[in-house]
Amino acid sequence: MKEEKFQARIDAEQKIEPKDWMPDAYRKHLIRQISQHAHSEVIGMQPEGNWVTRAPSLRAKMILLAKIQDEAGHGLYLYSACETLGVSREQLVQQLHDGKAKYSSIFNYPTLNWADMGAVGWLVDGAAIVNQVSLQRTSYGPYSRGMIRICKEESFHQRQGYEIMATMASGTPEQKQMAQDALNRIWWPSIMMFGPHDSDSPRSGNALKWKIKRETNDELRQKFIDKTVQQTEVIGLTIPDPDLKWNKERGHYDFGEINWEEFWNVVKGNGPCNKQRLDHHKKAHSEGKWVRDAARVHQNKKELVTT
Amino acid sequence: MSNLLNYTLRIADNAMILGQRMSQWCSNGPTLEEDIAMVNISLDLFGQANGFYEYASSVDGTKSADDFAFLRSEREYLNNLIVEQKNGHFGDTIVRNFLFDVYTVLFYTKLGKSKDEILSALGSKSLKEAKYHLRHSSNWLIRLGDGTQESKGKIQKSLNNIWMFTGNLFEMDVLDSEMASAGIGVDNIALKSDWDKKVNEILDKAKLSRPKDAYMQTGSKNGIHTEHLGHLLSEMQYLQRAHPNAKW
Amino acid sequence: MSDNTDVWEVFIQSKNGLPHKHAGSVHATDKEMALQNARDLYTRRNEGSSIWVVKTTDIVASQAEDADLFFDPSDDKVYRHPTFYTMPDGAKHI
Repeated sequence: MKEEKFQARIDAEQKIEPKDWMPDAYRKHLIRQISQHAHSEVIGMQPEGNWVTRAPSLRAKMILLAKIQDEAGHGLYLYSACETLGVSREQLVQQLHDGKAKYSSIFNYPTLNWADMGAVGWLVDGAAIVNQVSLQRTSYGPYSRGMIRICKEESFHQRQGYEIMATMASGTPEQKQMAQDALNRIWWPSIMMFGPHDSDSPRSGNALKWKIKRETNDELRQKFIDKTVQQTEVIGLTIPDPDLKWNKERGHYDFGEINWEEFWNVVKGNGPCNKQRLDHHKKAHSEGKWVRDAARVHQNKKELVTT
Repeated sequence: MSNLLNYTLRIADNAMILGQRMSQWCSNGPTLEEDIAMVNISLDLFGQANGFYEYASSVDGTKSADDFAFLRSEREYLNNLIVEQKNGHFGDTIVRNFLFDVYTVLFYTKLGKSKDEILSALGSKSLKEAKYHLRHSSNWLIRLGDGTQESKGKIQKSLNNIWMFTGNLFEMDVLDSEMASAGIGVDNIALKSDWDKKVNEILDKAKLSRPKDAYMQTGSKNGIHTEHLGHLLSEMQYLQRAHPNAKW
Repeated sequence: MSDNTDVWEVFIQSKNGLPHKHAGSVHATDKEMALQNARDLYTRRNEGSSIWVVKTTDIVASQAEDADLFFDPSDDKVYRHPTFYTMPDGAKHI
């Protein structure tokens, strides 16, 4: 009965808010999805933070810092939305540390040269944008509003990345080589971001029924590839996929098969940076404990200043 | 190098080096909120550096702002010693920033009245940010000084360790004196008593002891730095040095 | 010591004359921190001329009109937040 009323609201495109009744499975699914999205933003600060102290110009430095700051902010919006479902930030962080919650696999790849900052901004943020635009219409209110906010802020991220790639692709021979190298390494992990084929994705059914997800993995992946091929051609680089070809009948690009063995391997924890990313997060967290404790103890004393 | 250029670079270098230090906190903060706060501070500082380097560039006439930031060597940098000190733990950073923030609020207030229009405008704009930074570092100093036994011990130690770099902020060499007489630069010595007052006020609230003034480190105005600066610059300047003539 | 910190709801007035709008929440141990975190998080693009922060526990909310859909009818808690509950020291896994 409650379930029927709930589904009717979903079907009528109404938003579900924190105080509304919801099936336990819906709540659990959302907690998992939103928290993993939040963790991804936070872990994503590491591969970019890796190059921020070496950014090659004042402008590049400031833009990259602003981007990373946005990412931290997105993490906070999402943790905030997730907490409305009855879970605390502390629990979410614990789940991340225990390996119970995952984050986007793309961040388990290393950033090896400055061009990676371009490729990540252009492709990884580009893929995220395709996904996030779709999520703006998700059924859970706080998540939807968070996504709308995030999407507004996301557009400069992709442009920042693309501009770096364009500049390097038309720069010195070394710069062009670095740009192509970054593209070669980051292309496939980027399209893996959209997840397995829908036929191999067990949770997709419910996610679509409850309008948590609005489009399938394969639909979103195709959208991204169609957009990006032309952008690559404009800057004179080559996508590392010999099977990439425009299909006139479909009106889309055909592309090669993803290396699913690599995909599942990284998801399972065997990617190049899985251990490093998590260790880094745990270290920052544990090294900061004395600070958080002091702030909490000080909570009841009232000597703070406003000037 | 002209007086004006040298003086402007001193200010720019302070913002640049501290900005670089703060950017090192990215993804390393004690909370996600503090990560944002520190990156925000870093961004403000780089914005200030950029403003002053752009002015230096127009005064110089040949070098660009990036040339000043990325292609000068260790002995050419003119920042105060305190800003190049390592981040250490969060408490070390807060103490370093606090002592410098009190100074910059006073410094930028005076610079905002400079007879040089550009320096005056840059000073006024930077002052808003400096006040916000001071609020951040003051409140953390209080929370940590008057927090747990552990935090008090740690932060008192941070204070004791860095104190010897504070005297450097109030030095006046020949250049400083000439600039101050011309109504363009700031009299650092005149800032000292207000600095003492503010520092003592906050240390008191934080229930911390003010270290005794002993030997003060010096040399920054002649490009004599601590060993930390070299490492910071080699990381910061790497790409420009490795790819001369490349556009970024 | 538990690592949980208070949640504060954030309301931003984007322009003089407009009402304050709910923007989301922040964690903080005191109001100064809450204000600063709110400013850093929600006004990065000059979206604010005024910020209000209120502890989530201080907010009183009305009941939704479909009372029969309520899981927990008697509350004026805004969110089902686990930190609203005081746990005895030493209790594990909770």
